[in-house]
Amino acid sequence: MKREVYLDHAATTPMLPDVLEAMLPYLTHVYGNPSSFHSLGKNAKDAVDEARTLIASLLHAREDEILFTSGGTESDNLAVLGYARKNQAQGKHLITTQIEHHAVLEAMMHLEKKEGFEVTYLPPDRDGLVSAQQVEDALRPDTILVSIMSANNEIGTIEPIAEIGNRIQKWREVHGRPALLFHSDACQAAEYLPLDTQKLHVDMLTLNGSKIYGPKGTGLLFVKRGIKLQPLLFGGAQERSIRPGTENVAGVVGLARALAIAQRDREGQEKRLLPLREALIRGIQSSIPKTRLNGHPTARLPNNVNMSFMDIEGEALILYLDEAGIYVSTGSACTSASLDPSHVILALGLPYEVAHGSIRFTLGRSTTQEDMDYVIQKLPPLVAKLRALSPVNVEPKYFA
Amino acid sequence: MSLPLRPIAGTTGDVTAKNGAQSWFYTDVVKDHFFHPRNFMVEDAREGDYNAIGKVGSPACGDELRVWMKVDPESEHIQDFRWKTFGCGSAIASTSMASVMVTEGGGMTLEAARALKPQDIMDRLGGLPARKFHCSVLCDKALRDAINDYYRRTGQFDKIVAESARLIDPVAKVTDHDIEEAVLEGAHTLELVQQKTKVGIGNPGCLPAVEELIRFYKEKYFGAV
Repeated sequence: MKREVYLDHAATTPMLPDVLEAMLPYLTHVYGNPSSFHSLGKNAKDAVDEARTLIASLLHAREDEILFTSGGTESDNLAVLGYARKNQAQGKHLITTQIEHHAVLEAMMHLEKKEGFEVTYLPPDRDGLVSAQQVEDALRPDTILVSIMSANNEIGTIEPIAEIGNRIQKWREVHGRPALLFHSDACQAAEYLPLDTQKLHVDMLTLNGSKIYGPKGTGLLFVKRGIKLQPLLFGGAQERSIRPGTENVAGVVGLARALAIAQRDREGQEKRLLPLREALIRGIQSSIPKTRLNGHPTARLPNNVNMSFMDIEGEALILYLDEAGIYVSTGSACTSASLDPSHVILALGLPYEVAHGSIRFTLGRSTTQEDMDYVIQKLPPLVAKLRALSPVNVEPKYFA
Repeated sequence: MSLPLRPIAGTTGDVTAKNGAQSWFYTDVVKDHFFHPRNFMVEDAREGDYNAIGKVGSPACGDELRVWMKVDPESEHIQDFRWKTFGCGSAIASTSMASVMVTEGGGMTLEAARALKPQDIMDRLGGLPARKFHCSVLCDKALRDAINDYYRRTGQFDKIVAESARLIDPVAKVTDHDIEEAVLEGAHTLELVQQKTKVGIGNPGCLPAVEELIRFYKEKYFGAV
C-alpha cells in the first residue's frame, strides 16, 4: 500500500474518536430540538448548555459570552460586520492586518467599499509579526474595532495578542473610548496556545471545530458581556437572537469536547511537534538548495513549516507530492480561483517569485518522525525534476 | 457506513480516492503529460540546433514559458520543438501536448501551427478545469511568438503577424489584450470584465466594441457561445 502522509492540518483535522463518541447520541436518539418544551427537547438543550458551560470555563468566560456559529468564517464575519454595523455611530475606523484570514479581510473590505468605513491594514514585518506599537500608532478617536489573528494560517507566525490587547485596553481607558474593541481569530492557535480571554485582553474571539480535531461546520464567537452586535441572520431567539437557527446540537457537543481535549493536551502536543517541525525544516534546507522558510523562526506554531522553493510553481509541486502520497497546501496562484499569489507571503515584502513557490506543511497528532523522513527523502528529486522543466532562475538576493 | 457516492460532476479524473468517490481535477492525459512531460529542453539550447525561439509571461504573473523551434527551411515544417515552463500542472501539460501536436506526423507547417487554437490543445488533453484555460493559451502565444521569430530571422517580414495591443478605452487605458486577459480569467460578461478592467466606466461609448471583443475571445478560447 502506498504510504500516505497528511501534512495539511491547518486546512482541517480528522475528528478524534472521543469527539465522535460524544456526538453520536445527538446524531441518533437524542434528536430533539432544544427549543421544544418536551423531554426530548430538554435533553438536547441540556447538552448545549453543558457544552457552553465547559467552553466558558476553558476560555475563562461566562456562559452568556459564548455564541455558537457555523464555523470560523461566520464567527469572523459576525464579529467584524456585526460589531461595525451596530456601533458605527461611535466611529467608522477599523484596524486589521494585511495577513488576516479572508473571513476577516474580505468583511473589512466590504465595509470599506460598500458601507463607508475606513480600514487600516497593518503591514507585518518580514517574519509576519505585527507589534503592539504599530497598533497603537494606528488608533484614532473614531476607531471602533481592531481585529488581529492569534496565529497565521499560512506561515504560522504567532502574534503578540496579549500585549496588543493590553495596549488597546489601556488606550481605551486613557482616551475614554469604551466602544473600541479587540477581536482575534484564534482558529489556528486553539490547538497550541492558551485561550484565557482575560489574560489575552480580547473582547471577541473566534474559534472553530475543524482545526482542532472536532466537527467541521462548527464554531463559536466569544463576545464579552455588554457588547452589542447586529445579527447576520434573522428568524429565531436562539443564541440570544444574535445567531438564530436551530442549534447544531451534536456539533456543539463535539466542539466543546474537541476544545477541551485541545487545551488539555496543548503543551504535550507542542513538546512532541517542535522537534518534528525542526527536523523537517533542517531536512529540507540541507537537502534542497534555493529554499526560504517563510514566517518567524521561533514565534511560530509548532506544527507549521512554510517553505518557498524557488524557480517552481507551488501547485505543480503539490501534484507531484500528491503522487507520492504527501498531502500539503499552498496559498499560491493556481489553488485559488483568483490566480493571485498568496497575499500573506507578498505582505512579508517578498517578491512574486517567492510567493508562487510557497508550500505549507502542517503537522498534527498523527505525524511521526518517519513521516518527516519520508518527506525529506521524496521531496528533493521532485523539486529537481520541476526545476529541470523551469526556465526561471531566481537570484538569491530576491529571497535571502 | 460507506455510502455509494458518485464521481464529482465534470471530472474524469485519475487520482482516485480509495472509496472511488472522488477524483482529481485533471484527466488521465493531462496527468500523463504532467508527470511525463514530452520534448522539454533538457540541456541549455545550443546555437544552431534551433532557428526560432519564443517567450511569454513572467514568473511574477505565475507562468513563464520559453520555446525553441527548429524549422526545415525548405518545407517550413516544424522539425523539433523544445520548451521550458514555470507554471502549474495545466501549464506544463498544455505545453507538453502542444509540443507533440506541432511535431507529430512529420511536423506542422508554420501556417498550420499558427492556426492552432488553445481549444485544440485542450481537446487533446481531454479538457482542463475552467479556471485553468489560461494555461493552454500561454503555449499557444509562445508558439506564435516563435513563428514570428522564424520569419524575422529569415527576412520574411510580410509573414510576421504583429500582436500589438489596440486601445479600446482611451479613458481607462484598456486595450484589447486587457479584455482578452479578463475573459481568460473567467470574466465572461460585460459586468465582470468591467470589474476587472474598469473599461467603459468613464467612456460608455466604447461598450459595444467591448461586448464584441468579449464575444470574440469567448468563442476563440471557449468554443461556440
